[in-house]
Parts: sequence; structure tokens; C-alpha cells
Amino acid sequence: MSIPEGLKYAKTHEWVLIEGDTATIGITAFAQEQLGDITFVELPPAGTSLGSGDEFGSVESVKAASELYSPVSGEVIAVNADLEESPGLINSDPYHGGWMIKVKFSGLSPELLSSADYSKLLEA
Amino acid sequence: MKTVFAKSVSGRLGVMPATPADPAGKFLPASLLRKKAPALPELSELDVVRHFTALSTLNFSVDGNFYPLGSCTMKFNPKAGELVAALPRFANAHPLLPQLPEGEELAQGSLQAVWELEKSLCEINGMNAFTLQPMAGAQGELTGALLIAAYHKAAGNKKNKIICPDSAHGTNPATAALAGYEVINLESQGGLITPEALANVLDDGVAALMMTCPNTLGLFERHLPALVEKLHAVDALLYYDGANLNAVMGRMRVGDVGFDVVHVNLHKTMSTPHGGGGPGSGPVGVSERLTPFLPGPRVVKDPDGRFRLKTDLPQSIGQVTPFYGHFGVFVKALAYIIRLGKSGLARASDYAVLNANYMRKRLEEYLDVPYTDLCMHEFAASASRYAKHGVHALDIAKALLDKGCHAPTIYFPLIVKECLMIEPTETENKETLDAFCDDLIALLQEAEKKPEKLHAAPVTMPVRRLDETKAARDMVLKENV
Repeated sequence: MSIPEGLKYAKTHEWVLIEGDTATIGITAFAQEQLGDITFVELPPAGTSLGSGDEFGSVESVKAASELYSPVSGEVIAVNADLEESPGLINSDPYHGGWMIKVKFSGLSPELLSSADYSKLLEA
Repeated sequence: MKTVFAKSVSGRLGVMPATPADPAGKFLPASLLRKKAPALPELSELDVVRHFTALSTLNFSVDGNFYPLGSCTMKFNPKAGELVAALPRFANAHPLLPQLPEGEELAQGSLQAVWELEKSLCEINGMNAFTLQPMAGAQGELTGALLIAAYHKAAGNKKNKIICPDSAHGTNPATAALAGYEVINLESQGGLITPEALANVLDDGVAALMMTCPNTLGLFERHLPALVEKLHAVDALLYYDGANLNAVMGRMRVGDVGFDVVHVNLHKTMSTPHGGGGPGSGPVGVSERLTPFLPGPRVVKDPDGRFRLKTDLPQSIGQVTPFYGHFGVFVKALAYIIRLGKSGLARASDYAVLNANYMRKRLEEYLDVPYTDLCMHEFAASASRYAKHGVHALDIAKALLDKGCHAPTIYFPLIVKECLMIEPTETENKETLDAFCDDLIALLQEAEKKPEKLHAAPVTMPVRRLDETKAARDMVLKENV
């Protein structure tokens, strides 16, 4: 199971990449594997303001629909438009091509985990 | 099998349509006229008969095979119900009749059937009044949520939240959201709602708790009295999703426990066809304090014993359904209740619970049953131990089809990994239950040795494994002709 270092992880299985004041958010390899083939993604438009822990969208697979929770607070500045046509990118490339939103963030959830701690959470 | 469009041959006819004396343009404005003829399939009468007869043989039904689809209560529907509902004076009664001058006189039997079913449901559930209008469970839920809103509005309460436990039916949070409420998720503890967990999310802004009991894990919410007390303390109402009433009818009356609103699914518990076999019906029962808000019109019985429609209901939330709901279903449900009687209904629940527990015990060695309490009418089991062989709940479900059984519900509830949810119902005998368990156990043993066989399933069905992902991603909803 791929859990790249250098990313932060939420207990609700989102990852976040911090670069300057921009946070890029997606879901982990574990999350996409649990969901199975993803068929639909609903994401907020750019300009949406999010609080840490807020629901920012949902993913739907053949098995289930799941909410997505923001690990940061701030304003959505970009949305991965490719996911509308190709939601399967989340399955095939969860950490790169499957990114969901970029947020100009003002705060991080205090509960974010390192890759080592997230790995422990999955083993528990 | 080809579609009826693919079988079409240009110029082939089943009937010879009459040639119109005047062109359609003589009667219709030009904007309504077709520019070209519709692309209807062209077949002979025999082609059509064979096509639909062949399609009908592909149906899977409870009349043919075991159908343990959890949470759906696919029990056998006694044929006597069909006989009664087809009586011409019920089946041919015009729905406008009771609204016409003197029409009530001609509809006394139908009105009485509605009235008696409402009274029976009140007695079975311990409620003050019932409306039969909602035409399915989900519509019943929405009606219930609107009744809750009407109650709080009349009481001057400011409420904007409805609590839905994670063990509730998925329609519950959807209903609360559609009715305009904020949905508050409540995590179950060991499969149940605890008073402590409820206390964490409960405040004055809570309009109601929507509870499915037994819940989707097939467990009875044993902390009910304490939950009722906490909710009533903040004037929050209790909504009972009665979709699983099959487990408790005749043994528990939700009104006696303190619930204010309940919907029941006649098409499940009261044994009328569903799942493609017939329309649903989701009557809603209420306690006395919510009765003034029920949808109208209501059937009432006058002191002289005559039945009529009452429309003067100033606090009613209004009509939620054209006419009175699915009348044919009412007749079947009433026939079922009368034929079984009080002791028969209780016995039906007893056997539903006994059958589920029998299967749970037979299967617990081969599947992980996460909640080992006595279950009610259904149980959730996890097939996660087979994942290491690459075999998932979906593979097991498909392989069961080859054994001639309908698959259990899979991947629901979400709180159980690789979930199989099995509901045998009371109408199956021990031989059927044993045959299913034997087949399932054999499949699970095969999963360890020859997982590829399960991956290939089904092999005996009209179609092989369907690509559900492609179906969801590239939806084609119409035939291009």
C-alpha cells in the first residue's frame, strides 16, 4: 500500500500536500481501494471557503458513496477538472493525477498524521 | 437476447392499422405534428409474444427461488391477496367516486377497507392514527419528516437538526436533508445507539431522531427507554423507520415505547409484491399530538356507520399523493392481516427471527459475524477473511446466482467490511435454509482453493459478470433507433 512520505494524512483518509500557502488534497490509496472503482466525484467550485473538517464533496463508487472532509481551512483556488470525465484517475493514480482540490489555506487540522502514523492507523 | 428493436424488420406488421379518413393536420396544430414517423419496432404478433414470453422466463422471483436479500423482506406473498384485490368491485372502482355527489354511497366498501387497514395498523403499531397515502417507504419518511416540521412549527419550537445513526437505513439521512434539516450523524457503539453517544449530539435544536429498529445490522436497540427519555426532555420527536417491522410485529408496539411517527412498508411486512413485482406503500402512523397534521383527505366513520372523506383539516400538511395512495396494495395488506390475525402476525415475526438466527449460527464458522448478539430478522456477516485469496463479497454474490439463489445484500451496511446481509424471512422452510447454507459454505471453501472459479461467476445466468463500473461511468439509458 502506497503511503508517500512528505504528505500529511487525515484519519478520514484524505491526503494533503503543503507547498507554500497552497494545500493540494486527494484521497489515499487505501481509501480508493476500499471504495472500489470510482464512478463519480462531486467537488466544490473554486472560490468556496472551507473550514477544517468541513465536508467539501463526495465520491461515489459501485459500492458506496462517501463524503470528503477538508483537512485544512481556506479558500478553494483550483479543482481537478479531469476527474469529471475520468474519475478512475483516483483509483489508478490517487496521489498525482487523482488530486481533487487546491486550497489557499489559512489553517491545518491539528489532527493530521505523518505517513508513519497513518500507516500505523491502517494496521490497527 | 436481442432487443425488440434489433428484431424489427421493415414492413413487418402485427395488425393492419386503419387508414385515417382525414390527415392528422386537420385536427392538430402544425407545431404538434411529427416531421417523420416514430421509429417503432416492426414485428409480427408471434414475434412479440415470443419476445416477451422469453423475457418473462428470465425473471428471478420469490415464486421461483430463495431470495434472501437483506433489508428487503422478500417473503412469499400469499395468492389469496391477489384474489381479493382483483375482485371487480375493488379493482374497477373509480378513484374519483367518493368525491362525486352521492358517490360515497357507491364506494362504501372501498372506504371501509381503507378505514379498517388504518385501524389495524394503529393497533399493530400502538399509534393514534395512520395515513395510507405515501406510495413507498421513502415517501412515507418524507411525509413523516414534514409532520415533524409541522408539529414544531405549531409548537413554536426552533429546530433545524435531525439525528440519524450510522446503523439507520440510508434513506433516513436523505429524507432529513430533503425536508430541509441538517443531518447529524450518530455513531453506533457495538452496533447499537447508546444514551451516552446520543447525549453528545443532543441539544435544543434537534427536531427528531430517525431510528431504524431493528437496525441494519439486524440488532434490536435495547437502550430504547433511555433514548426516548433523553429526546423527549428537549421536545425532540422519535421517528421509527418501520421497514424492519417484520422482526417485531405482534411483539412490540412502537407507540407504547414512545415513538411519535412511524412508517411501515406494506410491500414488505404485509406481504404485497415488490422489487419490480408491484407498487409499494409506506403508510405513516402518528401519536395523538401529531394527528392534526396528517395529510388529507381522511376516511372517517360517522356515528351512523357510514364512511366518508373528510377534507376540512385546517392543520393538515396537505395531500401528499394523488387520490389516496396505492389502493390495490391496501386490499392485499388488509387481507394478509385478517388472514393471519394477531397471533399469526406475531408468529410470522417469531419465525423470521428464528430463521435468521438459525442461518447465522450455521454460517458463523465460515464468515465473521461482527455482532454476535442474537439477531432479529436479518444479520450482517463479513467475508473479509477471503479477501486475501482475492475473493470479495461481490464474487460470492455472483457465485450464489449460479446455485439458483438470489444474492444477499452486499456492501451494506457500510460499517461492516465485505458485508453480506442475509434476510431469510419467515416463509422459507428449514430445507431451503440448509440448502442455501450448504451452497454458501461450499463456495467459501472453494474461495480458498480455487478463487478463479468465483471470479468467473456467474456462468449459468442469461448474462455473465456485468461491468458495473462501465455501466455507472458510461450510462446508456435509451435505445438509439
